[in-house]
Amino acid sequence: MSEAKKAILEKIRNALGEVPRQERPEDITVPRHYRQQGNRAAGEVVALFAGRVGEYKATVQRVNANALAGVIAESCRREGVEKLVVPDGFPGEWLPGDEDDNVRLLHDKPGEPLSHRALDDSDGVITTCALGVAQTGTIILDAGAGQGRRVLTLLPDYHLCIVKEEQIVELVSEGFTHFEQAVREEGPPITFISGPSATSDIELSRVEGVHGPRRLEVLIVQE
Amino acid sequence: MHISLFITCFNDTLFPETGRAMVRLLERLGHTVEFPLEQTCCGQMHYNTGYQEETIPLVRRFVEVFGQAEAIVAPSASCVGMVKEFYHNVADRSGDPELMEQVEAVVPRVFELSQFLVEELGVEDVGAYYPHRVTYHPTCHSLRVLHVGEAPLILLRNVRGIDLVELPAAQECCGFGGTFAVKNADTSMAMLGDKIRHIKDTGAEVCAAADNSCLMHIGGALNRQRSGVEPVHLAEILASTEEN
Amino acid sequence: MQTPTFEESAKAYLSDTQLRRNIGHATHTIRDKRQTVVDEMPDWEVLREAGSSLKNRIMRHLDEYLLQLEESVRQAGGQVHWARDAGEANRIIVDLVKEQQVEEVVKVKSITTDEIKLNRALAEEGVRALETDLAELIVQLAGDEPSHILVPAIHKNRAEIRELFRKKLNQGELSDRPEDLAEAARLYLRKKFLSAKVGISGANFAVADTGTVAVVESEGNGRMCTTLPETLITVMGIEKLIPTWRDFEVFMQLLPRSSTAERMNPYNSFWTGVTEGDGPQEFHLVLLDNGRTNVLADEVGRQTLNCIRCSACLNVCPVYERTGGHAYHSVYPGPIGAILTPQLRGLEDEGAASLPYASTLCGACYEVCPVKINIPDVLVHLRGKIVDRKKRAGGLNAKSDPEYIGMRLMARAFKSRSRYERAQKMARVGQKFFVKDGTISKLPGELSGWTAMRDLKPIPNQTFREWWGDRDE
Repeated sequence: MSEAKKAILEKIRNALGEVPRQERPEDITVPRHYRQQGNRAAGEVVALFAGRVGEYKATVQRVNANALAGVIAESCRREGVEKLVVPDGFPGEWLPGDEDDNVRLLHDKPGEPLSHRALDDSDGVITTCALGVAQTGTIILDAGAGQGRRVLTLLPDYHLCIVKEEQIVELVSEGFTHFEQAVREEGPPITFISGPSATSDIELSRVEGVHGPRRLEVLIVQE
Repeated sequence: MHISLFITCFNDTLFPETGRAMVRLLERLGHTVEFPLEQTCCGQMHYNTGYQEETIPLVRRFVEVFGQAEAIVAPSASCVGMVKEFYHNVADRSGDPELMEQVEAVVPRVFELSQFLVEELGVEDVGAYYPHRVTYHPTCHSLRVLHVGEAPLILLRNVRGIDLVELPAAQECCGFGGTFAVKNADTSMAMLGDKIRHIKDTGAEVCAAADNSCLMHIGGALNRQRSGVEPVHLAEILASTEEN
Repeated sequence: MQTPTFEESAKAYLSDTQLRRNIGHATHTIRDKRQTVVDEMPDWEVLREAGSSLKNRIMRHLDEYLLQLEESVRQAGGQVHWARDAGEANRIIVDLVKEQQVEEVVKVKSITTDEIKLNRALAEEGVRALETDLAELIVQLAGDEPSHILVPAIHKNRAEIRELFRKKLNQGELSDRPEDLAEAARLYLRKKFLSAKVGISGANFAVADTGTVAVVESEGNGRMCTTLPETLITVMGIEKLIPTWRDFEVFMQLLPRSSTAERMNPYNSFWTGVTEGDGPQEFHLVLLDNGRTNVLADEVGRQTLNCIRCSACLNVCPVYERTGGHAYHSVYPGPIGAILTPQLRGLEDEGAASLPYASTLCGACYEVCPVKINIPDVLVHLRGKIVDRKKRAGGLNAKSDPEYIGMRLMARAFKSRSRYERAQKMARVGQKFFVKDGTISKLPGELSGWTAMRDLKPIPNQTFREWWGDRDE
C-alpha cells in the first residue's frame, strides 16, 4: 500500500471516530419514494419525448418505418451531407443509396476504424441509440450495434439519430435502471445527449454548437 | 389563553411601542397577557457572531423564565427562530442533558406573533383599521427559518382601510444580518440600496415587517434619504383601530 | 499562506459598476430559470432528501467506499493513485504526462485542478495545459481567475471577450456576438483536440461499486478530452463518490436543474475504466485529499463535502450578487466557498477566516441546495470556531478587540435582570453625545459603518418594561 493511501485512510478513520463500529452503510436509510416508474400512456411518452428534444433546438421528426430510408436521404440532402459516417451494425436498408443520392458512406468497422482526421473531415454521422428518456428529451448511447465508438458522434458536425418508439422511457430513473446490469458486467461507455452542444459562457446567452455536433436531428420511428 | 410576552431585549429597549401594541392587540382579542420581568436576551446576537459559549447561560435563563408558560409569543421572527431552530444546538454544546430536555419542552410553545394568530388561534381578521398605503417586507428569518408563509399577509389583507401594495423582489435580504451590517458595511449598504429603491417604487407611506431589527436597518436609510416612508412593525398595524 | 479579508476585497468590487451589472444579470437570469425547472418536479424534495442521505452514507463510510472504488477501477482496467495534498497530486500528474513525452495537454473544466494549481505545476515542467471549456479558456487567456463555479468568466462581458480573442487568438476581424466568439474558440481548439495525446479531467461523480466516472458538461469539450487522447488522467476529490450506478437517478436529476437550470445538460459521459477500441487506452484516477479529511473530522462541517458543485447557492446569494466571486479569493466562491475554503485552508489564514462572516444568514442558499447542505448552520458553527480560537490565543489582541469587549459586556448584562435594566439606562444616557435633532447620524469607530448610509433612532425615554411596571401600578 502506498504511503499516501495509508495516511489518507488513517485520517479518514480518525475523522469518523463518532461513527459506531458496527454501523454498516445500509444503516443510513435513503428515501426512495421519488418517481421511479412513469405513469403516462405510451403515446403520451413519445409525444413528450418529441416535444422535449425539440426544446433543445434539435430537429425532430416522427416517421413511419417504411418511409424511414426516404426521410434519411432527404435529411442528408437538406443538411448538405456528402460524406456520412456509418457505425458498424447500422441497418443497411435505411442508408441512402449511392446512385441517386450524392452521399458517400464512410463505414467504421472493427479492425478498420476511421481516423480522427477522416471523421473531422466528414459532414455527418447517422446512428441508432440505446434508449430515449422523455422527461428530459435525452438520447442515450451505449456504443452498441449501430451506434459505434464514442468519437463517431463527436467530431462530425451533424448527428442524425434514429430512435424507435419502443425505446423511449418516461423518466430519468428508468433510464439509469436500464443500464444497471450492463454497467456492472461489461462497463460500456455511456453517453447522454440532450440537444446539440451548447454554451452559455458569454453573458449567459445560449449558443448552440460549440465543440460537439452543432446540429442534432432525431427521427422517431413507428414500426 | 394565558400568553407570556417574550418581548426581546431589542424591542424592550429600542421599540417599546411594538410591545405596547402587542399587549393592546392580544387583550382586545380576549387573552390575558403576562410579562415575566426576569427575561433579558435570547442570545441570538452572541450565537450568530460566534460567541456560543456565552449563549449557554442565556438559554438557561430563557427556559427558567418561560418554562411554565402556556404560550410564549414574540414580535420578532429572528428571536423566535433562534429559540426554535438553534437552542438545541446550544444545549448540545453545553453537554447538560437537563438543559437539552428543558429546551425540547419549551420550544413547541414559542411563537412569532403572526404565526401564532393565524396558525394557533385561527384568527385572520383582528379587527384592525389602518388607512395607509403599506408595503410588506418579509424578513429572511420569518420566511426561511420560521416559514411563516402567508400569515402576515393574510392578517394585513384583512385590515380595514389599508392599501397593501406588493414589494418587488420582496424575498431578497435587506442586508442587515446583525453584525454583518457593521463588519461588511459596504456589501450591506449595496443590498440595502436595492431594497430601498424597491420600497420607494411602491409609493407606500409605510414599510411593514415582522422584525424591528430589519426595520431599523431599512428605516435608517429611509430616514437618511428623507424618503417620507415610515418603518412600522406589523404588530402596530394590527393593534390600530378606528378609536385608537 | 495569508489572503486578504473578504471585507477589504469586497470594497473594490462593489464599486465596479460593470461587474455588478454583469453578475446581477447573470445570477437573476439563471435563478429564475432554475425555479421554473425545479417547479415542474413534484418529487424534488424527496430527491434532495435522497441526495443528502446518500452523501451522508458515503461520508460516514468513506474509507470502505474508496477502497471499493479503487478495486472497481482496477478491475475495469484503470490505475488509481492517492494524493495527500496538492503537491503530491501535481507530482503524480506531471510524471504521468512526462512519460507520454508531450508538450501540451487538453483539459476539461475542473475546479479541483484549479484548487491544486495544476496548470502552474505543469508549466514549470515545460508542459502547456490547454483549457478547453470556453469560459476557462477566456479566463486562461486573460491571465485571470474564475469567478463562478459554473460560468467562470461571468464577470466579463462580450466586448471584453472580443478584445481578448482578437489579441490572443490572432482574430483580426471578430464581432462581439456570442455565436462568433464561440466559433472562434471552436476553430482554435479543434486542431488541438485532434492532436492531443493526453487529456486531463475532473470528475462530477465516481461510482464505488462499478468504478464508473462521470463528467457532466455542455460544450462537448469534455467528451473530446475524455475520448480523443490515448491517455486520460482524472483528478477527483475523495468526496465525489456515490455508492452505486443506480444512485445516478438521484444526482443526475438534482445536478442539471440546480446548475445550468436545464432538465438535462447537453452531454453526460460515463466511462468505466478502459474500453478496447473506444477512447483512451490508458486511464489514471488520482484521488485527492488536500484538506478534505479535516472537513470530514468536523461533525457539523462534514456536510460541506456533500457539495456537487452546482452553484445554485451562488446564484441566489445576495452577497455574491453584489461582490462577485473574486472577493472570496478562492476557486470556491459564494456561500459554499464561505464554508468550504476556511475548512480546507484552515482558520489561520485571515482571509479564509473572514469568509464565514460574509453572509447575512438569510438562508437563501440552504433553500436551493440540492443536497441540503445547511450552509447558514455551518457558517455560524465556523464563526464559533473562529471566536474560540481567538479566545484560546488570548493576548492583548483578543482582549482589545472591540467586538470581543462588547460581546463580553453584553453577555454579563444579560445575566441578571438588575444588570440588564441598569445597562438599558446607561445606554440611554450614553447616547446623548451622539443624538442631534432627534436622530443619530454619526457614530465612532467600528460602528461608523452603520451610520455611513443609515441613521439610528435614539433609544426612547421609556423601555417597555418601565411602561409595563407603570401600567401594573
